[in-house]
Amino acid sequence: MSLQVSDLRVYYRTLAGDVKALDGVTFSVADKEIMGLAGESGCGKSTLGNSLIRLDGRMKYIGGSVKLDGADVPIWDDNEMIPFRFREVSVVPQYAMSAMNPTRKIGKMVSELTESRGLRFRDIKDELDRRIDLVGLDRDVLKRYPIELSGGMKQRVVMVISTLLDPSLLIADEITSALDVSTQRAVAETLVSFRDHGFVKSMMVITHDISILYQIADSILIMYAGKLAEKAATSTIIEKPLHPYTQMLISSLPEVGVRYRDKKLAGIPGSPPSLLDPPTGCRFRARCPLAFSKCVEEPSFVEVDTDHSVACWKVAGADA
Amino acid sequence: MTAMTGTAAEKSPSVDDAGNVPAPAAKRARGEFLFFTLRSKKFLISISILLFLALVAIVGPMVDSTDPLAQEMLPMRHPTLDPGNWFGTTYFGEDVFAQFANGLRASFFVGFLGGGLAAIIGMLVGFLAGYRGGWVDEILNMITNVFLVIPTLAVLLVITSYLQARGVMFEAIFIGGTSWPWAARAIRAQTFSLRSRDFIDLAKLSGRPGWKVIIFEIAPNMSSYLFLTYILLFGGAILIAASLDFIGLGPTGGMSLGLMMYSAVTWAALQLGIWWWFVPPGVGIIATVGALYVMNVGLDEIFNPKLREM
Amino acid sequence: MRRYFGRKLFTYLLTFFVAATIDWLIPRFMPGDPITVLVSKTNTLSPTAAKAMADYYTQLFGFNQPMPMQYLNFWTSLFHGNLGLSLYGNGTPVTTMIMAAVPYTLALLIPAILLSWWAGNSFGALAARRKWLDNTVLPVGYVLTATPYMWLALVLSFLLAFSFRIFPLSGGYGFNLEPTLTWLFFTDLAAHWVLPFLSLFLVMFGGWAIGMRNMIIYELESDYSRYLASLGAPQGLIRKYAFRNAMLPQITGLALQLGVIVAGSLVTEIVFAYPGVGQLVFQAIQNEDYFLLQGIFLFIIVGVLLANFLVDIVYVFVDPRVRVAMRGGTA
Repeated sequence: MSLQVSDLRVYYRTLAGDVKALDGVTFSVADKEIMGLAGESGCGKSTLGNSLIRLDGRMKYIGGSVKLDGADVPIWDDNEMIPFRFREVSVVPQYAMSAMNPTRKIGKMVSELTESRGLRFRDIKDELDRRIDLVGLDRDVLKRYPIELSGGMKQRVVMVISTLLDPSLLIADEITSALDVSTQRAVAETLVSFRDHGFVKSMMVITHDISILYQIADSILIMYAGKLAEKAATSTIIEKPLHPYTQMLISSLPEVGVRYRDKKLAGIPGSPPSLLDPPTGCRFRARCPLAFSKCVEEPSFVEVDTDHSVACWKVAGADA
Repeated sequence: MTAMTGTAAEKSPSVDDAGNVPAPAAKRARGEFLFFTLRSKKFLISISILLFLALVAIVGPMVDSTDPLAQEMLPMRHPTLDPGNWFGTTYFGEDVFAQFANGLRASFFVGFLGGGLAAIIGMLVGFLAGYRGGWVDEILNMITNVFLVIPTLAVLLVITSYLQARGVMFEAIFIGGTSWPWAARAIRAQTFSLRSRDFIDLAKLSGRPGWKVIIFEIAPNMSSYLFLTYILLFGGAILIAASLDFIGLGPTGGMSLGLMMYSAVTWAALQLGIWWWFVPPGVGIIATVGALYVMNVGLDEIFNPKLREM
Repeated sequence: MRRYFGRKLFTYLLTFFVAATIDWLIPRFMPGDPITVLVSKTNTLSPTAAKAMADYYTQLFGFNQPMPMQYLNFWTSLFHGNLGLSLYGNGTPVTTMIMAAVPYTLALLIPAILLSWWAGNSFGALAARRKWLDNTVLPVGYVLTATPYMWLALVLSFLLAFSFRIFPLSGGYGFNLEPTLTWLFFTDLAAHWVLPFLSLFLVMFGGWAIGMRNMIIYELESDYSRYLASLGAPQGLIRKYAFRNAMLPQITGLALQLGVIVAGSLVTEIVFAYPGVGQLVFQAIQNEDYFLLQGIFLFIIVGVLLANFLVDIVYVFVDPRVRVAMRGGTA
C-alpha cells in the first residue's frame, strides 16, 4: 500500500472555537492509483490534501496517523516534515498561477529551490529540460519571468516543478478550477501521463468537478462535512453509488444530450452543517431523504464490497 | 443491498439539527465586525486616546476660559499639574494649557476639514481614473504625478508670502488641495480591481449610468478602505499643519500647536530651558497622530480577517 | 525603454514648467503689491523719495513691461542661472545665497535618508521575524513616525544640548570659528551636525521600519512563499525572496516621501539655526524677501524632480517586471 491514512483529525483554530474540518478519516491509496477526492465546498477535502504536506498556522493536528510506503509521516511536526516535502510528498497547489516568485526567472528559482534542498542543479537540469519538453513547453521558458507566461503555461511549469523529484504521493489541489475546458483537459491528461511515466507513484486529485475525475481517476473518495461518505472505483461511483449523498451528487450533474424541459435538475436541498459544532451521528442526516432512527449514531466507514466502502446505516445494515 | 425505502425526513432547509436558524449573511457580518471591534486592543486604546484628546479640545477651552494670549504680569510659572496651572506659563505669562487646548481644537479642525477635502478630491480623481480608464486615466495620472512631485511646502511659501491675512480655513483648504495624490493613486488601484468584477458588469448592463455605478456599487464595496484612507489623511493633515505653523506660514491670529512651538523657538525657549512651552504641543500631536495610525492598523485587522491575530 | 523614460521625462518637465509658472504667476495675481511692500520697508517718509524708489524697483524688476514680456524675461534669466537679487541679503544674488546654504542641507539630508532607509528596512525585516522585536519596534516606530520633525529636534536639543551639554545648541559651527580647513573646524562642524542629523534620522527610521515590517509580512504570506514552504524550502530562501520583493515598494516609497523629507529638514534646520536652505527659508519669510523665496522654491523643485528621476532609473533595474512590461512581453 502506498498511502495509509488512519483516523486523521485536523481542526482549525478560530476565535469562536475549533472548526472540526477533518474529523477522523481512514482510507488508503495504492501504488499507481489516481484517487479523486470530491465533495461540496467546506467538506474538508482541501484540509485533507493540505494536512498531508503542510499544516498552516491555523491548522491543528489532533490525532491519527499517516503512513507512506510503510513509514510514518510526521505531519504534526513542521520541521520533521521537511525531508518528506518535495521528495516523498508533493503538491500542485490551487494557486499555481501565482505560485512562482514574480521577480525571479523561473529557471533561477528552480535552481535555488533544488540547491536549498541539497541537490546540485546540474544533476537535474537535464531531467528538468526533458520534462519541460514533455508538457509541451519551450525550453527557454526557464529563462522567462512568470509574468511572461499564460495561465495554462504557468500551471504546467508548476506541475513539472512539483514532480521534479519523483515523489511517492502527489496532491493536486483544485488545479483545474481556474482554467477553461480545453486547458483543463490538457492538464488532466498531463497528470495521467506523469503517473504513467512513473514520475509519481500515487496521486490524490482534489476537486469539486466530478467530470474531471471521471476522466482520469481510478477511484473516487466522497467526503461530507469532515467525514468520509463513500470510496469506490470511478465507474462504481458514477454508475452505482450507494451512499445517498453520492447518489444525489451524481444525479445533480447535468447529462450531455438530455434536455431538461420535462425533468428538473435535482439538487440537494439544505446546506452542510456548521463544523464548529457538528451534529451528533451521521452528519448528512438533516438533508438525507433516507434518514431513520439509527442515524443518530455515527455510521462507520466499512467495506461493503471489494474496494468499496460506505458510511451509511442504510447501506451497510443497521448492525454494521 | 437493502432497498432505499424509508421516510424522507421532511426537514425545512433552514433549520438544522440543533434547531438553529442560520442568520442571514449580512447581519452576521455586521455582528462579526462589532465583535472584533470590541476585542481589538489597538482599536480600543487608540479610540480612547482620541476621544480623550477630543474632549480636551472641545470642552477644555469652554471650561477653562483663559485667553491663550492673555499675558499675566507675574513671573513665569513652571507646570505643576494643578487645575489652573496644568502646563505652566510661557515667557510672557500666557497660560500654556489654554494655548494647548485651543491649539488642539485647531488641529482637530484642520485634520477633519483638510483630511476631508483631500479625501473627496482623492475619491473624485481615483474613482474617475480607475473606472473610466483610457485617456481620462492618462490625463488624471499626469495631473496626479505633477501634484505628487511638487513639494507643497514650496508652493505655500510663495502663496503665503503674498497673502497677508490667512485663516484656519485657508490652511485646511490648502492642505486638502495638496495632499490628495497618494489617496487618488490608492483609490484608483482599488477601483481598477473592482471594476472587472461581475457585479459591475451587471450594473452596467442594466443601464446604470457611470456615476451611479461608482456611488452605489463600487464605493460601498471599498467603504472600509475609504475610511482607513481618510484616517491617514486626517493624521497627515495635522502633521503638515504643524510644520506650516511652525515655519510661520500658518493662520494669522488664533492659536495652534505648531504656533506654540514657533513662538517657543522665536523667544529662545530652548536657550532659556522653558521646556514646558514646546513639549506639550508636540506630545499632543504625537498622541493624536499616533493614535490615528494605530487605529488605522486596528481597523485594518478588523476589516481584513486574514490579519487578525489568534 | 525609451518610451518609458521619455514619458517620465515629459512628466517631470511638465511639472517643472507648471511649477515655475506658478512661481512666476503668484506674486502677480495675489492681493497686494510687492513694490509697495518693498518701499514701505525702506521707511522713506517723503512721498517723492517713495515714488522714486517705487519707480526704481519697478524698473529693476521689470514690472513695467507687458506680461508676456515679463514671462519671457523670467525664463531667460532662469536659463542664465539668474534668480534675482535678495532683499534680506542686501542685494546678494539669490543664487549665491542658495549655493552657500545647500552644502549644509545636503550634508544633513543625504546621510539621514540613506542611513534611515537602510536601518529602518533592516529593523523592519528583523521585526517581522521575531515576535519580541516586533512588539518593541512596532509601537516605537508608530510613535516616531507620528512625531513632528521640529518637535523631536527641540526635545533632542533640549536634552542633549541644553540639559546635558554634550552637543552644541545651534549653528553650523562655533560662533568663534571661521570656516578653515583645519581639524578643529571639522570636528566642530561634525559636533554641530549630530543633533539635526539624529532628529531627521529617527523620524524617518520609524516610518521605514513600519513600512518594511508590513511589507515583509505581506510577502511572507504570499502564494509563492507558501509554495516554497510546501516544497520544503528552508526559511532562509523564503525570507530572501520576501525581502527582495518587499524592497521594491520601499524604493518607490522613497520617491514619494521626498517632498515630506525636504519639509522635515527645513523645520529641523530652523530649530537648530543650522545654516542650510531651511534656515534661509525661515529668514526669507521673516523678512518678506519674495525673490529669495521664489528662488529657493525653484531650486527645491528641481532637486526633488531630479531625485525622483534617479529613483525611477534605479527601480527599472531592480524590478524585472517593469522591464518585461516595457518590452511588451506579457503573454
